Amino acid sequence: MTRWMRHRLFLPVVSLVALILVNAIARPRFVQITVRDGELYGALIDILRNSAPLMLVALGMTVVIATRGIDLSVGAVMAVSGAVALTIIDGSSDPGNVGTVLVAIVVSVLVALVLGAWNGFLVAVLEIQPIIATLVLMLAGRGVALLITDGFITTVTSPPLKYVASGHLLGLPFALFISVAAIALIALMERRTALGVLTEAVGINPEASRLTGVRSRGIILGAYVVSGTFAGVAGVIYSSNIMAADANAAGELIELYAILAVVLGGTSLTGGKFSIAGTVIGVLIIQTLQSTILFLGVSSAESPVFFAFVVILVVLIQSPRVYQVARRMTGGRRHHPAPEVTTGVEVTS
Amino acid sequence: MLKKVLTGVAMLGSLALVATGCGGSSDSGDGSSDSGGVIKVGFAQTGSESGWRSANTESMKEAFSKENGFDLVFNAADNDPAAQIAAVRSFINQGVDAIVIAPIVEDGWDDVLNEAKEADIPVILEDRTVSSSDDLYAAWVGDDFTKEGETAGQWAADTFGDTATKLVVLEGTTGSAPANDRATGFDSAIEGTKIEKIDSQTGEFTRDGGKKVMEGFLQKYGVDGIDLVFAHNDDMALGAIEAIEAAGGTPGEDIKIVSIDAVHDGMQALVDGKINFIVECNPLLGDQAAELVKSVLNDESVDKQTFAVDQSFTQDQAAKVLDSRPY
Repeated sequence: MTRWMRHRLFLPVVSLVALILVNAIARPRFVQITVRDGELYGALIDILRNSAPLMLVALGMTVVIATRGIDLSVGAVMAVSGAVALTIIDGSSDPGNVGTVLVAIVVSVLVALVLGAWNGFLVAVLEIQPIIATLVLMLAGRGVALLITDGFITTVTSPPLKYVASGHLLGLPFALFISVAAIALIALMERRTALGVLTEAVGINPEASRLTGVRSRGIILGAYVVSGTFAGVAGVIYSSNIMAADANAAGELIELYAILAVVLGGTSLTGGKFSIAGTVIGVLIIQTLQSTILFLGVSSAESPVFFAFVVILVVLIQSPRVYQVARRMTGGRRHHPAPEVTTGVEVTS
Repeated sequence: MLKKVLTGVAMLGSLALVATGCGGSSDSGDGSSDSGGVIKVGFAQTGSESGWRSANTESMKEAFSKENGFDLVFNAADNDPAAQIAAVRSFINQGVDAIVIAPIVEDGWDDVLNEAKEADIPVILEDRTVSSSDDLYAAWVGDDFTKEGETAGQWAADTFGDTATKLVVLEGTTGSAPANDRATGFDSAIEGTKIEKIDSQTGEFTRDGGKKVMEGFLQKYGVDGIDLVFAHNDDMALGAIEAIEAAGGTPGEDIKIVSIDAVHDGMQALVDGKINFIVECNPLLGDQAAELVKSVLNDESVDKQTFAVDQSFTQDQAAKVLDSRPY
């Protein structure tokens, strides 16, 4: 048992690599990356670009889950921010103006920030259960988005907005840079300051951390603000990708995929310890899996089952209990298998 | 832990029901009917999920207006079948003269339709249909999805029939009637031609879905490996256009596109040459529904099924009608 195999990201990374390998074997085109007009192009690049909205939402979700919370409203917040941004651009006299688009993006992300603060207020100050507190916005938000767009899909022609999701910088998709910036920001905030430790403390035992002087209320509120803001940016990317504000479809079910990404990355839903790198891998697994469905040509009717099957497989591979049983069955270290493995997993998780 | 999760899910479910139930029952409850020849009609709409639906609602509201001698009680159920059935029940209790329903789902209508029958209130179905026996409703008016698929397929067969053509399909929501019927119609029309369906996947009727699936197809087969796209609706075709352009192809030329719906954005893309052919799915069913209601109330015999007139448009035809279309 080498050390790197015990690393908590080992199994998620193995799952991701395995998925990519399956695709590459089925269709070698999958791993092919070509340069077209100075821009990188290929299925893997598409995965990195398309994962941006889920990446942002899942990062926000990681922080919220670390505080023992959950944010179900992210999809609705995406719909609202997209609706706000495109309504502003659509209503302006010059939709192609960079300034107009920047204003629209800033306003829509600020709206999302306020929505996140509202969630945080309900959870941290009024102490409503997170699942219920964020459910309010999950149900109401999409209605608000529909009101903003008048029930229609708002379509715009605006090259600067298109750049957000479809543009390239240094040959790579611009959306990828947004993802990386968000990852770096969260990593810096949580891992280079005491904030990460405090967040985990709040998640492990809110009462104890409050008694030791941690201002848990502010930390919880902050987590929902981050989640809301990131969902707002995700909404802008989503709208930019299709150049339209689709209040019904934007961010539909993304809350569940984000939770799935967090869990696949090894963060427990019970709060406390969290892994940013794990979430990143989790998002990439989900996105790759969606491409896999296309590349293997799984039919529409079968694809949800296929998706569920692979997810169960990945979760099973990562389950300590399954690991333990497998070890026992293969007969390795027959003498004291259970305690050895259990402590190993606990130390690394 | 499991218990907690289960309670959470249960709470979620009940809250969702309560919330949508409240949102759905926004009836204007001015009770009395049969006053001065005004026909009081209750209309249970599905919700407001798409541009098509908005146009449909507008058309119904216009046709059942005060000027035309109607008093319309409108309800949009936010795509919640239970809320829609509750709305129909409240129409019955209010004693409306006729009920128009755009059913969200096909099943579960027997009881409430029987209640309407006992109360002697005729029911007209609009857009979608129900699985109940057809003596429980007076008539149905809507679009013929199979025919739409056939028309699209016929165009493809006429245009590409003799040359080897690689076709990909962007399907609608899996299991929905428009997706099933349009696929059936299209497939029957291209049978025996040299058009080969190389792949097919659901894009959920959304732009984002259409774009993602098309991106996948383009990575899988390359721009050169696909000649024709059949999208089950315009929104997915619009998503596919974005994907083809991002892959360096020219939609409408390198890869031809045929779709169904003829919403404004789709027609614009057709005029711009990015889509090659669109079959209309007419949302303006209001006038036909109003005619049916009047005939049924006058005890005239009506056809059980009335199909809306669906036109189809080439690029040149679209350019001529684009400005005059109401939706």
